[in-house]
Amino acid sequence: MLPIYKREMYAYFTSPIGYTFVAVLLAISGALFSVTTVWMKTTSVSAYFTIMLFTYTILIPLLTMKLFSEERKTKTEQILLTSPESIFGIVFAKFSAAFTLYAGTFTISCIINYFTLSSVAGKSPVLSQFIGNTVGIILIGAAFIAVGVFMSSLTENQVIAAVTTFGAILVMLLLWLLTSSINNPVLRNIVKWFSVLDRFAYFTNGIFSVPAIVYFFSLALVFLFLTTRIYEMRRWN
Amino acid sequence: MIEIKNIVKKYGNIYAVNDISFKIDAGEVVGFLGPNGAGKSTTMNILTGYLSATSGSAKIDGVDILENPIKAKRRIGFLPEQPPLYLDMTVNEYLSFVCDLKHCSLNHKKHIDEICEVVGISDVRGRIIGHLSKGYRQRVGIAQALVGNPPVLIFDEPTVGLDPKQIIEVRSLIRSLGKKHTVILSTHILSEVKAACDRIIVIDKGKIVADELTKDIGRAVKGTRKFSAKICGDPKTVIKILKGIDGIVAVSDQGQSEDDSREYIIEADSSIDIKKPLFYALCDARMPLVGLSAAGENLEEIFISIIDGNENDRRDGNAADLQA
Repeated sequence: MLPIYKREMYAYFTSPIGYTFVAVLLAISGALFSVTTVWMKTTSVSAYFTIMLFTYTILIPLLTMKLFSEERKTKTEQILLTSPESIFGIVFAKFSAAFTLYAGTFTISCIINYFTLSSVAGKSPVLSQFIGNTVGIILIGAAFIAVGVFMSSLTENQVIAAVTTFGAILVMLLLWLLTSSINNPVLRNIVKWFSVLDRFAYFTNGIFSVPAIVYFFSLALVFLFLTTRIYEMRRWN
Repeated sequence: MIEIKNIVKKYGNIYAVNDISFKIDAGEVVGFLGPNGAGKSTTMNILTGYLSATSGSAKIDGVDILENPIKAKRRIGFLPEQPPLYLDMTVNEYLSFVCDLKHCSLNHKKHIDEICEVVGISDVRGRIIGHLSKGYRQRVGIAQALVGNPPVLIFDEPTVGLDPKQIIEVRSLIRSLGKKHTVILSTHILSEVKAACDRIIVIDKGKIVADELTKDIGRAVKGTRKFSAKICGDPKTVIKILKGIDGIVAVSDQGQSEDDSREYIIEADSSIDIKKPLFYALCDARMPLVGLSAAGENLEEIFISIIDGNENDRRDGNAADLQA
């Protein structure tokens, strides 16, 4: 698992993707944070984190689109799939690499934002709320990355992987709009289950919700598991 | 070392591999021969666990690739048709990645040094793989398969895209690897198997049509064999005598040789040994036989005749089915 993880981290920083991702994420989060807090003369950060989630529709595909599709196209996946490594190990290693880059960059941006706001506004945002939001958004990011990994395993075309990931994340973010208009209670519950914003609301309100954390974890695991299944299926077809 | 039993691989209704079985002992160098699309790569991919067979089993060193894939994969070094190279890495970085990936227990640096020496890439180790020529990339692909000293090496068309000098080098490399490893290589180039392999398995349309030691491959041919004979004496009498021998189908006069003999091409039924009767018949006629060798036994002809023969059999079979 570790060699594949290292190889993916290496690949991020020998191609422009890693640098682009870090630069764009830092720039967007910095700009959004200034607009939503400093300009609005508030130390409430919940608006910032919610808006930030929507930028993931673009940022996450950038990170995940090539993970499997490129290897499938260049046939380098053969060395991974014929090596003494389980398929889940391969999937998890690639997921972990994308997650490290994302979570690392985002944590750095949060630290910068926190101290910027403290010094500019003269008073600090509520620390517990800030940390809760950060943890929550990082976990949602993990689930979205798993979705991206899954989409990348379905195609050998990076563009298709990116576009489908964009679509899937957008739908998951917008599902809360639907929930109120669905009358069938069973269907509503199902849709609600997939709606990540409903869960994230706990964090923006400063509640550290364990069920929500478990939910994001399971969502990520489900998609990683599906990716594993895709690869197992392809061996048979 | 390798045991394949009744492997079938179906894509929809098409059989890529149809009921293939064979056994390969330790230390053998086996050539997998067949026209394009015969099922060579599919068989190799099944053997390495990249694909799963629709039915049948494949065992490496007694370990089933489906039941215990991780243990089985540790025993295999695989060079796929397209070498699985990360073009953004240097040769050194790539090989040490492969060492890690295969959980190689040897001293990595020393091991990589040795492998680079063997495949002749020591001078490009610091270069990015994407900048290397096709020949060097192929060798890095071979180097990758050697990492961890696996007992079984599987090479899918190892000489594709190489220049003639490199082809000869790779063949002799495979020969030398055969001393320590069990090697399977696939190719559609016949001289390659002859140069590198002890045994040839000919595969066509997903089925094994011949499985012979390289030196015996001529036997797999159905129908006739050709000999070239140098005989002294009057040509007309010689031809008459030759045609009188049981098993000889046709004789053609090739004209005067360098000495006072003439060369004849004799076509004979491959199931009958004509050499001794030929010798005695010519002795009796006091016409010395000064040379006898198998003619036209090049692999191309053998290969085509095996595959054609197989096709004719199938056609005959179908005709019989229709009549029935």
